[in-house]
Amino acid sequence: MTQPVIEAVGVVKFLGSGAGQVAALKGVSLALAGGELTVLMGPSGSGKTTLLSILGCILAPTRGIVRVRGNSTQGLGPEDLAKVRREHVGFIFQSYHLFPTLTAAENIRLVLDVRGVCSKQAITSAREALAIVGLAHKERSFPIEMSGGEQQRIAIARAIAGNASAILADEPTAALDSENGHAIMSILAAIAKDPGRAVLVVAHDPRILPFADRVVRIEDGLIVGEEQKSAGGYAKSEVELAFHGRSKKA
Amino acid sequence: MSLIFTLARRNLFHDRLRFIATLVGIVFSMVLVTIQMGLYLGFGRMVTTMIDHADADLWIMPAGTKCFEDPSVLDEQKRFRALSVKGVTDAVPVVIGFAQWKIPAGGTTPVFIIGSNIKSGGLPPWNLVEGSLDALAIPGAVAVDRSYLDRLGISGLGASAEIRDQRVEVRALTRGIRSFTTTPYVFAPLDRARSYIGMAANKTTYILVRIAPDANAETVRSRLKADISDIEVLTSAEFRNRSRSFWLFGTGAGAALFAGALLGVIVGTVIVAQTLYASTKDHLNEFATLRAIGSSGKYIHKVIIWQAVLSAVIGFCIAAGVGLLIVTKTAETALPIVMTPQLTLGLFALTIAMCVLSALGAIAKVMRIDPAMVFTR
Repeated sequence: MTQPVIEAVGVVKFLGSGAGQVAALKGVSLALAGGELTVLMGPSGSGKTTLLSILGCILAPTRGIVRVRGNSTQGLGPEDLAKVRREHVGFIFQSYHLFPTLTAAENIRLVLDVRGVCSKQAITSAREALAIVGLAHKERSFPIEMSGGEQQRIAIARAIAGNASAILADEPTAALDSENGHAIMSILAAIAKDPGRAVLVVAHDPRILPFADRVVRIEDGLIVGEEQKSAGGYAKSEVELAFHGRSKKA
Repeated sequence: MSLIFTLARRNLFHDRLRFIATLVGIVFSMVLVTIQMGLYLGFGRMVTTMIDHADADLWIMPAGTKCFEDPSVLDEQKRFRALSVKGVTDAVPVVIGFAQWKIPAGGTTPVFIIGSNIKSGGLPPWNLVEGSLDALAIPGAVAVDRSYLDRLGISGLGASAEIRDQRVEVRALTRGIRSFTTTPYVFAPLDRARSYIGMAANKTTYILVRIAPDANAETVRSRLKADISDIEVLTSAEFRNRSRSFWLFGTGAGAALFAGALLGVIVGTVIVAQTLYASTKDHLNEFATLRAIGSSGKYIHKVIIWQAVLSAVIGFCIAAGVGLLIVTKTAETALPIVMTPQLTLGLFALTIAMCVLSALGAIAKVMRIDPAMVFTR
C-alpha cells in the first residue's frame, strides 16, 4: 500500500477554553492518498473545517497524530508548521482569499514567492497554472475584475502552482452557481488524477458527489461513514456499515 | 524580483488617503527636525564664524574665556613674550568689545567692534563687496556688513556716523558677516577699535599666534603656557568647540533645538506607527492568507517593513525638498538654516529608523495572527 500524502490518526481537537470549550473532533482518523479526490461531507458544526485545518497543519490537534508524507507534525512550532504547509499543502478557500491588490498571475506567484522560487520560474509556473484552469487570458486582471467562478479558478491555480501534494478545499463551490461549481469540481477532479496529489474537498453540497473518488461523512466530530467509488458505484466502508448497524439497533 | 516589494507598495498605495496621512506625518516630522538641526548647525557656524576666519594656529586668551565674544583683556606685553617663544613666527593682537553706534538720523544702536592690524593680518573683514581693506587705513574708516545698513541708519559706502563721539566713515562693505546676537559687527584697525570700545592702548583681548611650519603646535602651546602667566592657549578647533559649547549648551539654546527635533521624531513615529498599524489591520485577512499558504513570519515582516521603508523614502524626498526651500529662503537671514550632506544623510537614516520603529506595532499585531481565521472570513 502506498504511503498516504496526509494522515490523521486518532485526532481530538478541543476549541475554546473554560466553560465554552467544545470538542470539535473526538478521535478522527483519515488518510488522504495520492490520485484520489476525497469529499468530506457533514452538516454545519460537524468538524469538517476543523479536520481540514488540522490536516492542512493550520491547527495542531489536542491529541492524536498528523503525518505529512510520513512525517509526524507533533511538537512542531508555528514556523515549522508553516514550512510544512508551504512545501506540501495547497489551500482553496470558500471566499477565495485572493489579494485584491495583486493581479491573477501575481496571486499565483505569491505561493511560489513565499517558497523562495526565483521570479522568472515563478512567472512561468504561474502561467502554466493559469492555463490549467483555463484563465491564461486573465493573467493581468485584478480579482475585482473577475467573476466569482474565475476568482475560485485563480485560487485553484494558486493551490496547484507550488506542486503541493495535498490540495485542501474548503467549500470551494459554496459561493458559486451550479455551472461554475461544476466547472470548479471538474478542475479539481482533473487535478486529483495526478497520482502524486491528494485532493480533499470539504462540502455539504451533494451535487459535487459525482466528482468524488471517496466520500467521507463526519458528524459531531466523528467520522460516521466512508464510501469508495468503484465501477459499480460507492461501496460503503466498515465504518459506515457499523454506523448504520448502530442506527438500526438504535 | 520578489513580490514582497510589490505587495508592500500596492498595500501602501491601495488606500491613498491613509498613505497621504502617513506622508504628512513623515514630512511634518522631518521638516521640523531639519529646521531644528539646521538651526543648530547654522547657529554653531555663526558663533564660530570669527574663529573660522581668523589667521591663527593658536589663540592666547585670558584664563577662563568662555567664548569669542567674552570681553576679557590681556596685557599686550604678553604678545612680546609670545614672540620670544621658540616655534612662534608671529603673534598679533585682536580686540573685541561692544560700543554704541550713533545713527546719523538720531538715536544709537549697539555694535560689536573687531579690531586687528589690517596689514599684519589677524582678523580683518572678509567677503568684501565694496571698498577695500587698504581704505581702512584712512582715519575713521570702518567696514560693516551690507545687511546691517538699515540697522546702522546709513545708506552705504561713504556714509558717516559716530562711535564714542568719534566720526567713522564706512570705507568697506562685506557680505554675509552676520552676528547671531543681531548686533552688527564693525571692523576697524586695532588702535581705533581700542578707542571705540574704551580699551587701554596696552591691552588686547586675544593674541593670535602663528607657528613655524615645522613646529609642533602642542610643544609651542606648552612653551607659551610655561612662559606666560594667567593665560589659556587654545588651538582654533578647541576655541571653536568651547565657543560652540558655551552658546549652544551653556545657554540652553542647543538643548531647546534638540528637544524640538526629538519632538518631531516622536510625533512622526506616532503618526507613522498609527497609520501602519491601521493599514496592517485592514490587510489582516491577507496576512492570515499569507500565513495559511505557508509564508514564514519573516516574509510578512518584510512586507510591513518595506511598507515602512517606502513611506520613509517618499516622505523623506518631500521633506528634503521642503527643507531645501527653507534653507534657500533663510540663507541671507540673521540665522540661516544650514543643510549639509552629512545632515541630509543623517536625516535620511533617521527617517528610515523612525518608520521601521513605527512598524513594530504592526509586526506585533501580525505575529498574533491565527491563520485559521481564513476559514471564518
